[in-house]
Amino acid sequence: MRQRARYCPGESQAVKRAFIIFIAGTALLFGFLVIVIVLNESENDTSALATSTVANFVDPQTRGAYLARAGNCAGCHTVQGGQPYAGGRELPTPFGTFVTPNITPHHVSGIGIWTAQDFWRAMQHGKGRDGKLLYPAFPYTEYTKVTREDSDAIFSYLQTIAPAENAVAPDRLRFPYNIRALLYVWRALYFKPGAYELVANQTPEWNRGAYLVQGLGHCNACHATRNALGAAGGAALGGGQVAGHSWYAPSLTSRAEAGNADVPIEEIIALLSTGQSSKTAASGPMAEVIWQSLQHLSAPDVRAMAVYLKSLPDSSAAKSAPSELTADARQRIAKGSKIYEKHCKDCHGTAGEGAPGAYPPLADNRSVTLPSPLNTIRSVLDGGFAPSTASNPRPYGMPPFAHSLSSEEVALVVSYARNSWGNRASLVTAVEVDKTGSD
Amino acid sequence: MNRFQLLSFFCGSWCLAAAAAPAPPDTIAERAKPCLSCHAADGKTGKFEYYPRLHGKPKGYLFNQMLNFRDGRRSNRPMALLTQNLSDVYLAEIAGYFAAQEPRYPTAKDLTHETPAPTLIKQGDLARNIPACTTCHGKSLLGVAPNIPGLLGLPSDYVSAQMGAWKVATRRAPAPDCMGEIAKQLSDIEVNAVATWLAAQPLPANPHPAPALTEALPLKCGSVPDIALASRKP
Repeated sequence: MRQRARYCPGESQAVKRAFIIFIAGTALLFGFLVIVIVLNESENDTSALATSTVANFVDPQTRGAYLARAGNCAGCHTVQGGQPYAGGRELPTPFGTFVTPNITPHHVSGIGIWTAQDFWRAMQHGKGRDGKLLYPAFPYTEYTKVTREDSDAIFSYLQTIAPAENAVAPDRLRFPYNIRALLYVWRALYFKPGAYELVANQTPEWNRGAYLVQGLGHCNACHATRNALGAAGGAALGGGQVAGHSWYAPSLTSRAEAGNADVPIEEIIALLSTGQSSKTAASGPMAEVIWQSLQHLSAPDVRAMAVYLKSLPDSSAAKSAPSELTADARQRIAKGSKIYEKHCKDCHGTAGEGAPGAYPPLADNRSVTLPSPLNTIRSVLDGGFAPSTASNPRPYGMPPFAHSLSSEEVALVVSYARNSWGNRASLVTAVEVDKTGSD
Repeated sequence: MNRFQLLSFFCGSWCLAAAAAPAPPDTIAERAKPCLSCHAADGKTGKFEYYPRLHGKPKGYLFNQMLNFRDGRRSNRPMALLTQNLSDVYLAEIAGYFAAQEPRYPTAKDLTHETPAPTLIKQGDLARNIPACTTCHGKSLLGVAPNIPGLLGLPSDYVSAQMGAWKVATRRAPAPDCMGEIAKQLSDIEVNAVATWLAAQPLPANPHPAPALTEALPLKCGSVPDIALASRKP
């Protein structure tokens, strides 16, 4: 009886249903895998859509050297004080530490046996010479817009530099991110090989700027919010914390952050090419980008980038009237003013007006009033110099205060600067200062 | 409506900022001001560490140390961050500025107990290939321009910390790293004795580095080019 009971009509229905669910599930999974594989394996050569770009270079190598600067390849592929392009720099990320490869033409530890086609495949499709999928710490999500012509030029330049025998250590990624096969899924979700498509109703200058900003310049790699899987989510150039760093890369579209809709074009150009404008000085990772890359670009290219950045539509929300400061907040701000008086006033001025060409104003300075106080805290803790550039070879600097002010004092003085001379932004606590990382 | 309001009415805060403030002095002294927040003329001890003086140290030595910090041969986070985006030419100018400043030396302490330091410092130990400090750092131990620093007027903690850093290679110089080789030969007791003895020495009336080397260095040093002596060779 017991045996028979197992095959009662109701149960047989359940078995059938389970079987159907199993078949349907398998089919779905199979379909998903097919889509993932198709999305990863299609390597349509989009180089035909290429826009012709830099003119006036004597040979592809010189052109490639210039473009490698524009893409700041050396920025990641060089260890502190090491031979350029020999790799080994560690990139900390929430997924573990990446160690950048050696891209000098060394036959064993570099890319000496690569062909221009292999290099193009890495730039365009994010795949290594052996077809293995590359982690998007290498910004192929942006480089996919680089033209074949530019990719070949960069490759031909890299083949001319001195080969460095430098076998770099393997990446140290946490489980499950160390399973490279998972990139099949990541790419199906977040990566589509493409090309920069000319916008017909814009000028050649605007298109050149857009091509540089979106492609080689890979600005979006920092100036966008990354989601839990490390993909740039949200609006392009909408701002976000730099992966693995305690720096906030401000929105390049919002008027309230570093959007350029209202900024005179000469000011944008000054900041990009010299690291300093009348309103602000580049600090942290942006100072590094200007030092290593942007200062070397031609005047027409920097102008083109500025024209494109200025044209981006404003994304800022309408300003709401600031709420009344509490008595406690006013007290903290008053304490901060004493510290400002002692340590900051001599350079940044009694009214936060700064000194032109040397010390940026703090009054009406958007970097000071960003929603995230991170960059202002970092500037106070670490100080720093704007980069040495052709037109500003001897930049003025700011001392670090990590050794002389307590976390509470840093919090007070930053709160004061964010809420004085017409500035209005959140107050800062000592805990926020303590939690600020040092990368 | 005053001048500033008028300006800001016509061109927004952009020209207001430019109009309101006077430009700072266009001098290297103004540019080197951030360094003084740690490096006083006589050195000083801060919250975390001792900050040696830069004033009056030889230009080449100061320049080489900034390159060592920038390129990771010496490990000090603030110094690496401050130098990372600056050109060699500019760093050399900053080094020259401090080399030309008058140092202030702290008063020396008495030293009465027995120590191996004077022998090591004035004669070295040939058996272990340790040259006398005086052969490179000058007869009076005040350094030799342009690349070799003086050893007097420094706290013993600082000197022994540098020796320790050379021993474990967290302080390095371009190869051959002569001070690294020497420090690795010294025992901890000798390091302490030398550091204490040096810190206790009185300073002469005119404490400046010697103008140039008078004989060849006993060891090859990556930071001291051979050409320093070229002019003396027949």
